[in-house]
Parts: sequence; C-alpha cells; structure tokens
Amino acid sequence: MKFGILINEGPFTHQAADSAYQFAKAAIAGGHEIFRVFFYHDGVNNASDYSVPPQDDRNVTDNWVKLAEANKIDMVVCIAAAQRRGLLDANEAQRQGKRGDNIAPVFRISGLGQLVEAGIECDRLLTFGD
Amino acid sequence: MAMLHTVNKSPFERVSLDSCISMAQKGSSVLLIEDGVYAALKGTTVSDKVSKAMDGITFYVLGPDLAARGMTEDRIISGIKVVDYAGFVDLTTKHENFQAWL
Repeated sequence: MKFGILINEGPFTHQAADSAYQFAKAAIAGGHEIFRVFFYHDGVNNASDYSVPPQDDRNVTDNWVKLAEANKIDMVVCIAAAQRRGLLDANEAQRQGKRGDNIAPVFRISGLGQLVEAGIECDRLLTFGD
Repeated sequence: MAMLHTVNKSPFERVSLDSCISMAQKGSSVLLIEDGVYAALKGTTVSDKVSKAMDGITFYVLGPDLAARGMTEDRIISGIKVVDYAGFVDLTTKHENFQAWL
C-alpha cells in the first residue's frame, strides 16, 4: 500500500515526529511504500541541518535523512512555513539575501500542491502533529 | 465506511478524545497513541466514558507508548487491544480512511 505522511509538529515539541518516523519504518518493514512525507507548520523544523542534539539523544533530522535515502522517499517542506521559521535552501537563501542555507539533504522545498497530490496519489494519508 | 481514528493527546489535557468519540461511527476503530494512551487506563475519570464508547467502537492502544510512560497492560481497561507499530500499520490498511484527532 502507498502511504503519505503529514507532519505538523517540530522534532522536540511532543512526540509526533517520532511517531511518524516509527510508523514509516514499520510500514517499510511491512513491504509498504512511503510515497511522500510533507512537513508543514512547525513540522518544517524536522528538516533543519543545523540541529545538534546531545549525543545520547536521537537525531530526528538524521533519522529522516537515512530513512529517506535508503527508501527513496520524497521529503517535501512547505515553503511558506519554512521561510517564516528561517529554514532556507541554497536557492532561497540567495534569493532572500541571507548568509546561509540550512535545509538538510534529501529535503526539498515546495508548496501545498505537493500535499494535495499526496492525498490523491496515496492509498492512505496519515497526519501526525499537535 | 470503517475509519481508523487516532487520539494522541491525554484526555486530562485536551478534549480530542471527546471529539473523537462523539464523531466516530459504529464499526470504526480508535487507536490511542502518545499521551492519548492515558485514556486506556482503568479507574480514571474517563474510564467509564471509554468503556461506554467501546459498545460499537473498537479501541486499541500503542504498546511502545504505554511502556514509555511506565504503564503495563494489566492497568488497561479490559477489551482494549494492545498493538505495536506493525499493528498500527496493519490497522491503517484494514480501515478505509484515517483521521487524526490532535
């Protein structure tokens, strides 16, 4: 079955990002496909390449990067939500005249149309958030 | 149409469990995850509400989230089924739709 996942909460708020990650891992282990993960609202903070949690803590962003790379998951960050929160890719950083970019590899910036498309393309669209 | 609902907030903190129970149709299922697992406990002020809702709605609780909060299965309302993440995935495939109550 083809799954889409919507994450509306940052990595260190409650537990939504962890739940979504554990669900995605279990779905892949069960032979299912994760078509796309869409990061919206505070969920865009999951894509920050500059997050450096303590070594004995899980690194949510790294976990996503590894899972996405190994399973070719399309990781989409909402552009408006990201720009509000200071998350920029190289193109946007240049366009906005900012000094650096901080979106981790495998994540790409796009719009809400990608969430709508996931809803159409996937057998199930699951929301995790606050 | 059988729908799977998830509730991820404690019933002692928010009204998402109430909203879910009031909207869920007979034959649908509710999976308690994250802080939502507190709704599965026996002997609380919401236990009766959950037990009554179980007439028509099947309740599940996510085992790893129970364990993460130091709770064991003997403290759960009888009839609530404990599932792991693989069971969560199976529940989503066995229901036609998914609704998260946050």
